[in-house]
Amino acid sequence: MAGDESLHLSRIKANLERRALIYDVIRAFFRREGFLEVETPLQVPAVAPEKYITPFTVNGRFLSTSPEMHMKRLLAAGYGKIFQICHCFRKSERGQLHNPEFTMLEWYRAGADYMQIIRDTERLVLALARKLRLGTKIHYQGRDIDLVSPWPRITVREAFLRAAGWDPFGRLDEERFDVDLVEKVIPSFAPDRPTVLMDYPVEMASLARLRTGTPPVAERAEVFIGGLELANAYSELTDAAEQERRFKQEIDSMALRGENKIAMPQRFLEAVARLPECGGNALGIDRLVMLFCDAASIDEVLAFPWDMA
Amino acid sequence: MDIGEVSRNTKILINGVPFAVEDVKFVKPGKGRAMYYLKLRNLFDSTTREQTYHSGDKVDEVRVSSSDMQYLYKEGDNYIFMDNETFEQHSVPKELLGTRSQFLKEGMAVTVSVMEGKVLEVTLPKFVELAVVRGAASTKTDTITAQSKMVELETGGILAVPPFVKEGDIVKVDTRTNTYVERVTTKK
Repeated sequence: MAGDESLHLSRIKANLERRALIYDVIRAFFRREGFLEVETPLQVPAVAPEKYITPFTVNGRFLSTSPEMHMKRLLAAGYGKIFQICHCFRKSERGQLHNPEFTMLEWYRAGADYMQIIRDTERLVLALARKLRLGTKIHYQGRDIDLVSPWPRITVREAFLRAAGWDPFGRLDEERFDVDLVEKVIPSFAPDRPTVLMDYPVEMASLARLRTGTPPVAERAEVFIGGLELANAYSELTDAAEQERRFKQEIDSMALRGENKIAMPQRFLEAVARLPECGGNALGIDRLVMLFCDAASIDEVLAFPWDMA
Repeated sequence: MDIGEVSRNTKILINGVPFAVEDVKFVKPGKGRAMYYLKLRNLFDSTTREQTYHSGDKVDEVRVSSSDMQYLYKEGDNYIFMDNETFEQHSVPKELLGTRSQFLKEGMAVTVSVMEGKVLEVTLPKFVELAVVRGAASTKTDTITAQSKMVELETGGILAVPPFVKEGDIVKVDTRTNTYVERVTTKK
C-alpha cells in the first residue's frame, strides 16, 4: 500500500501544483472584485434539508454538506460580497466524479441575480485559463473546449424537450428527471462549449427564487463543461415563509422514504427574513481542477482520495 | 444492504441467482438522485449483465465463503473435493469446472467458494506441474505445426507444447489460460 501511495502522489504532483495555482487565481479574482474571504463552521447543528444529500453525523452534530446557510447568515448581517473555499461532506457520494469529502467554492453578491452570477463564473473560468497560459481554449479528455463568453444558455424545458422528448413543466416526474438529465440531456450538450442549463421546475431548487410566469420557474442555473457538472447558481430565495414551506416538503418526503429526520434549520430561517436580494454560486473546485489538468477522475486531483485517506 | 454500500466484489442475490459485482459506476446530479450502474457476473454461469439502481434501493447481499479443499477423485460426471478443515465432501458437476477439469490431479489443493452449502467456483493453483504421458496426441481439430505439438497429460488433459517436450517430461501449465509455461524436468 505504501508503494501505491507514493506512486499516486508522484504521478499527480503536477496536478497538485496546478491546483495550488488555481486557488491563488481564484483568491486574486475575488479580492479584485472587492469580495471578502470568509470561513464558516464544518461541524454544524443543522444542514439544509435536501432529499438526496445525506450528511455525516459527528458527536451529535453534522459535518457541513454546504456552507450556503452560514454564508447567507453573513449576507443577512450586511456582508454584501463574500466568498469561501471550504470542504463539504456528503455521505456515500463516491465515484469517478465524487469524493465524500470535497472542496467547494461559494460566492454571494448582494443585489445580483443568477445570470449575473453566471457572468462572474464565465469571467472567473476565463481568468483561470489566461493565468494558466491556455488562452481561451482548454483540452479536456480528447476534445478542445472553447471558453469564450457568453456560454450557450438553454432552459431546462427546451433541453428536455429536445433531448428527452418531454416537458418537465407539464407533469414533473422527479425520478425520470434525474435519469434523463444524466443519460440524455447532459450528453446532448455541445462537447466543444460550456453549457448553462437554466430555469428549473420549482421542485428542483429548494433555495432558489421563483419567477412568476406560465409556468413559474426557479431561477437556478447550472454550468456544464466537458460533461462535468461544475457549478450551481441561484437567485437566492429571500422569502422566509416560502423557504420554510419548501424545507418542510423536503423533510416530509425524506420521512416518507424512512430516512433519519433532519431538523428545520431555525437560525437560517430567521436570517432569510433579513436576506437582501442576492445571487450565489457553488462551484466544485475538484472538478474545476480536473478540467484544467485534463484529469478523467477526481482521484487524480486529490492527494488522498477517500479510500487512501 | 443499501445500494450505497455495494462495492466491487460485493456479492448479491437477484431472483435467487448470485452475482459478483465487477464494477460500480456512480453518477449523481448535485441535487438529484444517485444512479449506480452495476456490472454483474453471474456466479452460476459466468455470464455478465448490467443493472441500474438508484439511491435508496436495497439489494440482498450473499455471503460466499472460501475454503481450502483437495481434489479426491472423479465419479461419473462429478468431481469430488474434500474440505481440509471439516473433511466434508462436495460433489462438483463437470460443467462448473469447464476446461480446467483436465488439469485436476488427485490430492491437488484448490480453493472452493461455497454459498449456502452450494459450490460456486473452484479455483485451481495458478500453475500446476504435470507429467506428459503420451507425445503427439492426435485430435481431430488441432493441427501440429512446427512451433507446437499436442501431448496428453497424466490427468487426461491435452496441451500444446514446444516440439522438444517428450513423454515422461514434467511441464508447468498455467491453469488460467490453459497454456504451457515451461518444462520443469526432462526424462533422462
